[in-house]
Amino acid sequence: MSMTEGFVFPVLSVIVFTPIIAAVIMLFIDGERRDLIRGISITAASIVLILSAAVFFGYNAQVGDVTENQAAISAAAGDSPATTMFKDGLAFEEHVTWVESLGISYHLGVDGLNAPMVLLTGMVTVAGVLISWRLEDRTREFMAFFMLLVAGVYGVFVSIDMFVLFFFYELAIFPMYLLIATWGWIKLREYAAMKLTLYILVGSVIALVGVIAMVFVASSFYATPDGAQIFQNAKDAGLIEQSITPFNFNMTSLMLASEHGAFDVAGYAGVETLTFAKLWFPFIFIGFAVLAGLFPFHNWSPDGHVAAPTAVSMIHAGVLMKLGAYAALRAGVQLLPGGAEVHLPWIVFLTLINVVYGAFIAFRQRDFKYVIGFSSVSHMGLVSMGFATMNVIGMTGAGLQMFSHGAMTALFFGCVGMVYDRAHTRDIPSLGGFVKKMPWVAVAFVIGGLTSMGMPGLSGFVAEYPIFVGMWNASDQVHLNIGSFTLSNYYSVMVVIAALGIVITAAYVLRVTGQVFFGEFDAAKYPEVGDIAITDRVILILLGAPLIILGVYPSLMAPMIESGLRPVLAMLGGGA
Amino acid sequence: MNINDPNFLPWLIPVGPLLAFLIITLITNRSKSVLATSAEYGDHNHPGYPGLKVPVVSDLGRVASIVVGLSGIIAAWLISLNVVGYVGGFEHHFGEEVFGSSVPWLATGTTSFNMGVLVDPLTTIMLIMVPLACTMIFIYSIGYMAHDPRQARFFALISLFAGAMLTLVVADNLLLLFVGWEIMGVCSYLLIGFWYEKESAYKAAIKAFTTTRVADVVMLLGIAYLYSETGTLSFRDILYNAEVLNHLATTPAIVFGGISAAGLIGVFLVIGTIGKSAQFPLHVWLPDAMEGPTPVSAMIHAAAMVSAGIYAIIRMYPLLAAGGHPHDGDLTSPLTLMAIVGAFTALFAATIAVAQNDVKKVLAYSTISQLGFMMAALGIGAYIAAAFHLITHAFFKALLFMASGSVIHGMEHGAHHVHEHAHGDDDHGHDEHAAHDAHAHDDHGHDDHDVHGEAHAEPHFDPQDMMNMGGLRKTMPVTFYTFLIGGLSLAGFPLLTAGFWSKDEILADAYLGLTHGYGPHALVFVCLAVAAFLTAFYTMRQLGLTFWGEPRTEEAAHANLGQGVVSVTMTLPLIILAFFAIFAGFVGVPSDFPILGSIFSPEHNPFHHFVGATLLPEMQSASPPFNIVPVLTSFVVALGGLGLGYMMYWRKPLVAGEPDPVIAILGDGLYTTLKNKYYFDELYTAIFIKPSQWFSRVVVSEFIDKGVIDTILHLIARLFVWTGDLIKVLNLWLIDGVGDGIPRAIGAFGVWFRRIQTGRAQQYLLFIAIAAILIGIIFAVSAGILQAGG
Repeated sequence: MSMTEGFVFPVLSVIVFTPIIAAVIMLFIDGERRDLIRGISITAASIVLILSAAVFFGYNAQVGDVTENQAAISAAAGDSPATTMFKDGLAFEEHVTWVESLGISYHLGVDGLNAPMVLLTGMVTVAGVLISWRLEDRTREFMAFFMLLVAGVYGVFVSIDMFVLFFFYELAIFPMYLLIATWGWIKLREYAAMKLTLYILVGSVIALVGVIAMVFVASSFYATPDGAQIFQNAKDAGLIEQSITPFNFNMTSLMLASEHGAFDVAGYAGVETLTFAKLWFPFIFIGFAVLAGLFPFHNWSPDGHVAAPTAVSMIHAGVLMKLGAYAALRAGVQLLPGGAEVHLPWIVFLTLINVVYGAFIAFRQRDFKYVIGFSSVSHMGLVSMGFATMNVIGMTGAGLQMFSHGAMTALFFGCVGMVYDRAHTRDIPSLGGFVKKMPWVAVAFVIGGLTSMGMPGLSGFVAEYPIFVGMWNASDQVHLNIGSFTLSNYYSVMVVIAALGIVITAAYVLRVTGQVFFGEFDAAKYPEVGDIAITDRVILILLGAPLIILGVYPSLMAPMIESGLRPVLAMLGGGA
Repeated sequence: MNINDPNFLPWLIPVGPLLAFLIITLITNRSKSVLATSAEYGDHNHPGYPGLKVPVVSDLGRVASIVVGLSGIIAAWLISLNVVGYVGGFEHHFGEEVFGSSVPWLATGTTSFNMGVLVDPLTTIMLIMVPLACTMIFIYSIGYMAHDPRQARFFALISLFAGAMLTLVVADNLLLLFVGWEIMGVCSYLLIGFWYEKESAYKAAIKAFTTTRVADVVMLLGIAYLYSETGTLSFRDILYNAEVLNHLATTPAIVFGGISAAGLIGVFLVIGTIGKSAQFPLHVWLPDAMEGPTPVSAMIHAAAMVSAGIYAIIRMYPLLAAGGHPHDGDLTSPLTLMAIVGAFTALFAATIAVAQNDVKKVLAYSTISQLGFMMAALGIGAYIAAAFHLITHAFFKALLFMASGSVIHGMEHGAHHVHEHAHGDDDHGHDEHAAHDAHAHDDHGHDDHDVHGEAHAEPHFDPQDMMNMGGLRKTMPVTFYTFLIGGLSLAGFPLLTAGFWSKDEILADAYLGLTHGYGPHALVFVCLAVAAFLTAFYTMRQLGLTFWGEPRTEEAAHANLGQGVVSVTMTLPLIILAFFAIFAGFVGVPSDFPILGSIFSPEHNPFHHFVGATLLPEMQSASPPFNIVPVLTSFVVALGGLGLGYMMYWRKPLVAGEPDPVIAILGDGLYTTLKNKYYFDELYTAIFIKPSQWFSRVVVSEFIDKGVIDTILHLIARLFVWTGDLIKVLNLWLIDGVGDGIPRAIGAFGVWFRRIQTGRAQQYLLFIAIAAILIGIIFAVSAGILQAGG
């Protein structure tokens, strides 16, 4: 949607800065006044959730118009259809020039891809505050860091400026380290916190270098007469703000350059067949995908999940991993489609390993939390696999899976946390019969479990099924060239193997459910186990209900995600 | 919208049971809890939880849940009958119209995916069978589950089960069918594991769910492939559309060259059915599913789950057969697969059933075997015969399961009776008569004998073991006669029973192919004939061991159903189903059958005519002309098997302590092999479960993840530490060293360092050189970036 005149409520900024303000206020409060701190946290989280829901449903109301406009743009076949579609799809935009000389501007916006993520983050934030309700150890610091983490996550999702995106990306990592290292599981926390931080930092630095290189290439493209003309035309058409210089980090501007082939010039770095996109795509995509747990860079994640306190595990697996996938999609596929076409056909092998391998490991874990940790690795593989289909149905599935898995895995970690708080152990074989004492948790866990194994009627199915269809569809479209050898039609084989992962998922989910919740309950061993508090029920409903709603009525989200993907697909179609 | 519009009406069919599920779940949520050790429920076979409370529904809630559950299924039944009336032609031509409507559900790509309902003749016959059988099972459960503390939960789950089955039946597309299919899978998991305190129960539940899940995922792949190939999953667009079928049959499959797209999709779908309908080699879950309460077994074996598997392939038959002409001996790959798997399973399971002593296990294997009949029939193109057998089998198998439930119930009763007398006083604080009555209604222990045995510290008594029975006809006459009718129908007793007519039709179709010299048809004919013989034999064996002769144990002598509501609700469904087990067959008598044909089918075979309309005209086939050979075969195998069983188990009934005469015939080795089901459970544990556990533990978890990846990571970490140390050293050496003096650095950082002191000047130069090269590379690359951009 184009900019409207007059004062517009800066809803996205309010969402991003509310947690930061809350964190700052908390620092001025006596640390012993825990209830006040909890009150501030839940207030901030609730405001954020309500605004996030407003953004989501507000955007949802526009999806029909956006889709119509996209069809019109596509039919009109203008200069830069993909960029025009992208710009047209943005809503709730805010734009303030920040560092003009470096081309950095504070630019936020929402389209069909990140609107569901905004909603998801709001849900998990509230759930995270509620599950930490009874935390007594340095509550003030915990909540403050948690709020900073949330602000960072939101910032990444709504940034349209690549520099601001990185800024928030790093902002999210720093409190994560402290939260795990300070409040985490004592046996593992320092190791896991360090491992996690290093993995993600290294990944993001590599991606950052790639993006800076991209900015240089784009600016030199705009320095050419043709490029200057394109840049000016885009400004006239309102695609780019008037104040922006050719050297900039703006996603729209980079996309424009990409659409006009700036990253696909052969002979890059002196090699005849190489283009910028071909060289840099793997670095940028995988750099971000490290955070999405892409094999073999996944090992930070299960350790991190297990070591983290429950609230952090929830936001970590529920939202942070999506951050990686989201950024990989935006910076990788959307801006460098020429590279995506070359590299995703092999990256898909990594995603396949993710799916099957994660499931296998989860199957053999004794620690309740590790099971969920590795299941996240497995499920995130499906997200990346959906990206690799490079067609609308598979990528829509990936988008749905990001939301579905986020809510589901946060629900899982919530359940694990509730069991652990009362049983003080996560050793699966020594648990049992908890359904008697914690029926709500058992039901929630079963719903989550059924979602994770792709049961129809729940959101996991509406996510996985399109990914499968997308893989079949892509099978005769995608080719992998290794030297002179061309591999074709292998996606259909991969989807068959990926299905194995789903079967193993069913096996480990049932195994865990059976051992933890069913069977004999040992009342003498677990005297403290009792039913959960009202705050816990709110968490279970908040995270469980969307799984059912989306499963029964996927049209709530699918058309939105699809509208967000259309510019990306337009890039893939005509980018090279 | 007109509520009586037949296009809209099918939507309402699954609503009743689904609503019942929700209502029961909600009303029983606010249930009271009683102490697990309280007197009211203390004599149950639940493991005791001292000091713990078990949620128990109040009596009002219990009655309400029964009423709601029953209302739901009866509403579904009435609406179904109404729909059947429309299709059956009060105002329309008989079975010529297809009703249905759909609404958009998920927009993917440019098309929107529609969910809807469809009623054609095939749906119609399912709508006659499913709600009827479900209603009977519901009524039966009132008595069978009475006084189970979780009867309300049972009714909620079984309503969901029925709702899912009805959804599957009225679905107009493969995806909605799959939704019903999977919800049933979940229900079967929850119901098989209904008594989840028992380890064997929840293990059986996991086994059932995981095994069918393997097949379901393959089926889902088939669905995804079908969708990506045609862009639709609607039955109307695919099955009623010769163009689409032709396209699928002529397109080569994307993988596994040489087979058509339709063939590959078909194979995927058939694998789904092999799992759901417990065909070899995925049959292992079904016998274990006996861990659930008996009405659940009836539900799984007759009305819903396994029938759903066969229904799905009957439904998808036009796709499975696309490109082939089974009546001309030209079978497509999925049809061949079905013919072979079905024929083999029919025979294989029948042999196992011969050596089982558990009254429910015999029936479980007979179900597997009968499903094999249907599968094989469909494989050779006997579309209508398969549908016919599906319906008749559902009736007599539901009957048999519920009758066996009554037998077990009666035996439990007998066991309690014996227990009371043996111990004199009762330990439950009732007077003897009251205790007796309470036990009569204490149904919870039916399948729970292991726990029961422990609880009372008595020698193990198995109320399901037929060796413990005998002579039950005297104390349980209604059960005996209905069981007999069901058994004869299963055995295919000639002319009278429904089972005869449907089985005969399969054999007739197979024989027709055999006369033309088609291999698969011949295989099917021979296997099914032998299986039918074995079926008749083990049925007679079961009937003889259970009901004939004299009681072999004290418990059997006192077995009965008691009086009152329990007895009535448990016998009424048996009587109603017994009626169908006989008369359902007469709708499908071939019109050229001597004498009977002219009575029941003067114009044409009514069933054949009606269901045949489901297929496109070019796929339809005439019913096979009357041939005396298959009919005689049916006669001979049925009567031969029954006769042999009669000779062995009725003429000289088994007395207590005597070995089973079948052991003498088969020999010890073969008998033990059969009794242990060819050791398939052990085999699967050895070749699938253990290796996959080993693989995930040792290879993936310990070797790759902990071993390779983490080791590399730790090596990198060590490299960084080492580099850090090196830089720290350099820092001290180069920078601090100037001020503080080198000796301290040397003293602090290792002996090796002293050794390289001598080459200091050269090292200096080396480092400068490395730095210069690095800077050069960075310049070159960034210059390259700028050039490429320009």
